[in-house]
Amino acid sequence: MVARIVLHDADITRALRRIAHEVIESRRGEGHLVFLGIPTRGVTLAQRIQRIVDEIEPGVSSVGSLDITLYRDDLVNSPTRTPAPTRIPTAGIDDAIVILVDDVLYSGRTIRAALDALVDHGRPRSVRLAVLVDRGHRELPIRADFIGKNLPSSTNERVSVRLAEIDGADEVTIDS
Amino acid sequence: MRHLLSTRDLDRDTAIGILDVAEDMAQTADRQVRKLPPLRGKTVVNLFFEDSTRTRLSFESAAKRLSADVITVVAKGSSVSKGESLKDTAQTLAAMGADAIVVRHHDSGAAHQLAHAGWLDATVINAGDGTHEHPTQALLDAFTMRSWRFGTASRGRDLSGLRIVIVGDILHSRVARSNVWLLTTLGAQVDLVAPRTLLPHGVEHWPVTVYEHLDDALATRCDAVMMLRIQAERMRDAFFPSTREYALEWGLSAERLARLSPDTMVMHPGPMNRGLEISSAAADSRRSTVLSQVTNGVSVRMAVLYLLVSGSGSTAGAE
Repeated sequence: MVARIVLHDADITRALRRIAHEVIESRRGEGHLVFLGIPTRGVTLAQRIQRIVDEIEPGVSSVGSLDITLYRDDLVNSPTRTPAPTRIPTAGIDDAIVILVDDVLYSGRTIRAALDALVDHGRPRSVRLAVLVDRGHRELPIRADFIGKNLPSSTNERVSVRLAEIDGADEVTIDS
Repeated sequence: MRHLLSTRDLDRDTAIGILDVAEDMAQTADRQVRKLPPLRGKTVVNLFFEDSTRTRLSFESAAKRLSADVITVVAKGSSVSKGESLKDTAQTLAAMGADAIVVRHHDSGAAHQLAHAGWLDATVINAGDGTHEHPTQALLDAFTMRSWRFGTASRGRDLSGLRIVIVGDILHSRVARSNVWLLTTLGAQVDLVAPRTLLPHGVEHWPVTVYEHLDDALATRCDAVMMLRIQAERMRDAFFPSTREYALEWGLSAERLARLSPDTMVMHPGPMNRGLEISSAAADSRRSTVLSQVTNGVSVRMAVLYLLVSGSGSTAGAE
């Protein structure tokens, strides 16, 4: 197993900064932005992106988390998973622009589950998807609106995202 | 973990895990849509050989909130009252494809027999067996204590440092037994108070201190006083001279309530005998958690059903 670093900490910071700007641009001056991170690392990424957005346009956004464990399509055949907390900002998501944030976009099944989970919390004006890494191999008709890095990979490779808050350092590696 | 039969089977981490999942389940009560999908297509059978309103309703709403199909069998009005044995009933339910059976039975050990006799393949959850155990009641009591003491910082914590006083009919109480095992596993100190006639054999081997007089036990600060119901239906002997004397010596009267430290919670598993083991002043006071125990019961049972019924059996950590 050889781990190759594909994004260093400065690359990650730049990618998140660019995503934050793209999100603001797509808002076109209207609507409240709610960043919902998918546990575990999506939550950290959502917090970082929202912090940048809040510096540029204060007060137009809030941040939370959306756990998808109970909405997974593989619950029946896999060991029981422990859910993580869902924290929806107190104002709710009705009529907001929800930006789902995850670390890696792969099969698309996590995002399918997240869309299901989302409708149980309210009816957003629109839902968009931001990911740090898009590694391809989709199994569902889902695509990201904001992408940190497109990373063509083979299915037997392993993409790992490490973030300072959880893992002590920022980096994205690919093992083959 | 495949069945939930006794709180003795739960180690500290498993117990905390259940309580933490119950926190997530409790959160869904404030959502626009309160239903969750993980038990879609699963059948949960509530098999009740003994009267119960709140436990049955609690399990029913827990299973329904997780999208399971729920069948409730109450002994009265079913073949059970025509003398069908537990074995025949179990096999009938297995043939109908039950994924989980929530069972309450007047005989101690009935849940264990259902789980291990090889009659059926389903998950068995003990909802009270005779005078033996009532594990989900103990879990919801522990959940209530943890929320009272730690609030939003409850996740991941045990109950070490807490002192819990359980008062009343320990002899017949499955709630007391399940609580003694679970609360001590979670690090709490448990003290029992009862007339000598209402203490079980072998209580000296339990990890508890026993008091005969309620006032002695309440002289030291405690975090919770749990009043047990006097179970008239199980009393075939004279265990105490009169209800009046019981209320005077072991009841939580208004005067005893006033002497409690302000942060002590008053618990009761319900249904209450007002004026006997608990005064109305205590039952209706702000420190009474009787109703939040009911609310928490649904969250805790959702957690247990989710953890036991949803996956392929074993438990994995979060990704």
